[in-house]
Amino acid sequence: MRIQVQDAAFDLGAETERFAKAQDAAGAVVTFTGIVRNNADGTLKCMRIEHYPGMTEKALQKIADQAQERWDLTDLLIIHRHGDMVPGEMIMMVATASKHRLHAFEAAEYLMDYLKSRAPFWKKEMTADGAEWVAAKDSDEDALSRW
Amino acid sequence: MNVVYFAWVRERIGLPKEKLSTNAKTVMELVEELRAREERYAVAFSDLSALRVALDQELSDFDASLNGVTEVAFFPPMTGG
Repeated sequence: MRIQVQDAAFDLGAETERFAKAQDAAGAVVTFTGIVRNNADGTLKCMRIEHYPGMTEKALQKIADQAQERWDLTDLLIIHRHGDMVPGEMIMMVATASKHRLHAFEAAEYLMDYLKSRAPFWKKEMTADGAEWVAAKDSDEDALSRW
Repeated sequence: MNVVYFAWVRERIGLPKEKLSTNAKTVMELVEELRAREERYAVAFSDLSALRVALDQELSDFDASLNGVTEVAFFPPMTGG
């Protein structure tokens, strides 16, 4: 299991390949990548992601441990960035590996649902008109109830 | 006790962290103390449904005891992923 919180960009292809190649007991690898989405007007200059150093790592570890307890995973990877990113840039990725695909798919969804509202990151959108914090969605909180 | 703030809570209060000496026994008592200090705190803590609290880097709630706690963090609902 690897959990990384970093300012620097990551190489999705290289990370995915390294993760997949390191597996010997798995038959399935699922990856999810979150990218900076432009706003409806297409005027987003930058997305700034703030986090709570220390708690972030603990929260991600807890979420990852819960996923490993619940599904039969051979491995998992979480990379989440903070700092400034432009539209299209990758914010984060998760990868899960399991013997059969169902566990990898479900665990990846679980990780994403919990990452959204239980990992201490906050997004701020900067446009020419100013900056605005992204509000949490009720649907993100509701998503947890299915687990 | 260290009190830390993130996102718009940090911006509204105007600082990322501070050291406080307090007799507050619960998070709610600490919030009341902060609200009474200055307008900027009263504004930041006006709607607790828009805030979350972590005690020693674990999510908690406003009724929780501060006994043995060294770091309290206030922030809006998280938007990771």
